[in-house]
Amino acid sequence: MANAATVTKASSVPKRKKDTQLRQITRRLVKSKTAMLGLIVLVIIVLACVFAPLIAPYDPNYMDYTSLNAGSSLAHIMGCDNLGRDIFSRILYGGRMSLMLGFTVAVVGMVFGVFFGCIVGYYGGQVDNIAMRICDVWMAIPGTLLAIVISSALGSGFGYTVLALSVSGLPGSVRGTRAMALKEREMEYLEAAKAMNCSKMKIMFKHMMPNIIAPTIVGTTGQIGGTMMSAAGLSYIGLGIQPPTAEWGAMCSSAREYLTKYPHEMLWPGFVILLTVLAINLLGDGLRDAMDPRLKD
Amino acid sequence: MALLEVEHLKKYFSVGAGTNHAVDDITLSIEKGHTMGVVGESGCGKSTLGRTIIRLLDATDGVVRLDGEDITYAKGKKLRELREKVSIVFQDPYSSLNPRSSVEATIKEPLQESHRYTKAQVQQRTEELMDLVGIEERLRLAYPHEMDGGRRQRVGIARALALNPQFIMCDEPVSALDVSIQAQVLNLLMDLQEQMQLTYMFVTHDLSVVRHISDDICVMYLGQLVETSPSRELFRRPLHPYTKALLSAIPSTDLDHPMQRVQLKGEITSAINPEPGCRFAARCPYACDKCREPQVLEEIEPRHFVSCCRVKEIND
Amino acid sequence: MSEEFLKINDLVVEYSSGGQIVQAVNHVDLTVKKGKTLGLVGETGAGKTTIAKTILRILPMPPAKIKQGEIFLDGQDLLKLPEKEMMKVRGNKIAMIFQDPMTALNPTMTVGDQISEVVLQHNDFTKQQAQERTIEMLELVGIASVRYMDYPHQFSGGMKQRVVIAMALACNPELILADEPTTALDVTIQAQVLDMMRELREKFNTSMILITHDLGVVAETCDDVAVIYAGEIVEYGTREHIFRNPQHPYTLGLFGSLPKLDDDSKRLSPIHGLPPDPTNLPEGCKFGPRCPECKGECGKDPAMVEIEPGHFVRCCKFAKGGV
Repeated sequence: MANAATVTKASSVPKRKKDTQLRQITRRLVKSKTAMLGLIVLVIIVLACVFAPLIAPYDPNYMDYTSLNAGSSLAHIMGCDNLGRDIFSRILYGGRMSLMLGFTVAVVGMVFGVFFGCIVGYYGGQVDNIAMRICDVWMAIPGTLLAIVISSALGSGFGYTVLALSVSGLPGSVRGTRAMALKEREMEYLEAAKAMNCSKMKIMFKHMMPNIIAPTIVGTTGQIGGTMMSAAGLSYIGLGIQPPTAEWGAMCSSAREYLTKYPHEMLWPGFVILLTVLAINLLGDGLRDAMDPRLKD
Repeated sequence: MALLEVEHLKKYFSVGAGTNHAVDDITLSIEKGHTMGVVGESGCGKSTLGRTIIRLLDATDGVVRLDGEDITYAKGKKLRELREKVSIVFQDPYSSLNPRSSVEATIKEPLQESHRYTKAQVQQRTEELMDLVGIEERLRLAYPHEMDGGRRQRVGIARALALNPQFIMCDEPVSALDVSIQAQVLNLLMDLQEQMQLTYMFVTHDLSVVRHISDDICVMYLGQLVETSPSRELFRRPLHPYTKALLSAIPSTDLDHPMQRVQLKGEITSAINPEPGCRFAARCPYACDKCREPQVLEEIEPRHFVSCCRVKEIND
Repeated sequence: MSEEFLKINDLVVEYSSGGQIVQAVNHVDLTVKKGKTLGLVGETGAGKTTIAKTILRILPMPPAKIKQGEIFLDGQDLLKLPEKEMMKVRGNKIAMIFQDPMTALNPTMTVGDQISEVVLQHNDFTKQQAQERTIEMLELVGIASVRYMDYPHQFSGGMKQRVVIAMALACNPELILADEPTTALDVTIQAQVLDMMRELREKFNTSMILITHDLGVVAETCDDVAVIYAGEIVEYGTREHIFRNPQHPYTLGLFGSLPKLDDDSKRLSPIHGLPPDPTNLPEGCKFGPRCPECKGECGKDPAMVEIEPGHFVRCCKFAKGGV
């Protein structure tokens, strides 16, 4: 009977070896089938883009005037665009730009969003009030318009495009994290931290932030696709990434005129964007769950 | 000598509809090594009182003295020193522990924050504390969600004890626990008090718990102190009409002596923009015109204070 | 002689979660007599709420599964009724009062409309009649009829619980399942609500199962008491049996854990250890590992033994040739 007692006790709380947080997160992530599917797809896409020079059958800007708007064939597996450029090659090269742009903007948005969101949510009250009114005004200006203003003032190019898109997306992500910070603020462990002399900085960034980041990741991954399309919008009106540099969004928008006659020109880059966004979302969902120690492994 | 003295402490919050007089003119003192129980129903300001005393909230008015030293407006270094002398055990063992900190990390944190210990000392003290509150060594790296409420509350107690405080605010530390676990934690708190000469303020709505653990009790109603007395005396002879009603409402397991229930009418109102005078008057069976004037806390019997203008008539 | 209104025979309910089987209710037998109140006492996770939800057949299935057993209400086996018939039983014959009055009411409807909706669902009333009935119910639980058009947030916790009770009583149920109905309330409000429930019960001769962890509440309101531990009834008897002559070591432990109002002893005598992991119950007596009287010989499942008329205990010390 004494034996039975120890057995039940031991089983109610799992024994734990010395285990880093990172390793636990990885272990939980590997267990999620959908997250792994997302990860694999994403890795394939990223690798294909990185090794584009090796894989791509043509130079992305080489124009083959004999096959303008050509459909799929052995020579051009995804066909050619209106200038006779090989779509498959352009997708591979364009991915470098699109992925980098999407990720950079998302990460910049998340870092600043979590930073300001934590501060605003922690202080609450007047600070919150003022910050939210600023966000309101900011959000009242259409994001694209704001990005256009910034791009046209500063110029085009990768860095400025990132800046323009991040600035227009910032109030949204601040709002998101602030809402989570306000919820977390009610938790007594923050009060406990205060009672044991932790500085405000420590309370905000050591206690509050880790509990906010995980749910933010999903929101952030959701924005990546949107960012790619906004970037396309900018390049369409001659700002942002400049043609002839290949870029998924730009490929979609330039194919718009030929949509009815040659739909494949739009469908292929659109499909790749869809696939990428889906993979990122699946991974993001899994990552959020994996980062939450409350979920069993 | 009293370790903690509170004089005319007030804490007001401004809310949409006006001012919430959450703690209104409370005076009390706690002897070293004693336990002061604070009882009252939800919204009576008992938790706010506790948090204001240990400076998690800033007082609106009044004085709090710890060991003779005024701590009401302590700042900077003084406040940091104060945080090592007083600590708090929270009600909800679910929300009072950071879900992303292991047991060990949670207990270590106050030690590290004080910057007075080497790494080895922190480790050693952490192990001592875990032993002291009865958490098995194998749970060192467990996360809060992996433990039951009783163990979680033990971690909270270990964290509160880390820096050898003189005074611990216990804010409903057992009300979220099952009866059998509750008894284990109560015993632990009382053993620790004996070993370490701790002084407690024990905030709760559970009268049988408060009677069990406290030397003195004060009863609050909507931010006001209505009665305070040594614990045994209060249960033997409650004088304030509210205390009488409160004590009679406790469901008793004694079949032979069912309580003669004092039935109260109406609901607890709020302490937002209150009228002057006794706030219990609206539900009090003995209310009269005099109750609309501000009440004074009067010593009716030695160390037994009551704030009621009709206390003598009622208890004759 | 009071008739047996509700009779549960050998009920077994399991949950499956993540490939593990949780035995929530193990071979439970219970009886509720007409007009009487049965108190179901136990700690978190003991299976109290599962029993209530099984009676009402509102357990989410899966993950829950009723393995075996019968539940007779007035001679009719509820577990064999088709869902359509069961819908008539719910609300009409059996009503449930939940623990948290804050979440049991729809915040966007006036309390009056919520009650009359229930009335309309179960009766062939006109709107006018339903409204009259609602006002009648509100007054019955001590709420002025002028508050018919108020929204739940305009009520305090105790008042909301009264509304919930009025809703449960609106169709004159014959059996009320009250799951910790006063746990979320303050003591003085709890006293008011309990008194009110007792009066109403006497007035309408309603049977009730009161689920609670508070022995004081049981002592004040129940006629019979069942103590439940790890899904098993460990002691069953009248209120007098349980409070004057508790026999099962777990029941004794519960009483020992309770701070007494009239006792000055400084230490409580709690039950050692923790409730067992429901996915991995100990063999034999479920309470064995925590039992101060167990000397390691309670290996076999102890049977219920009637130690005095109407007083049953599940413990080896009463079994033949016990410990």
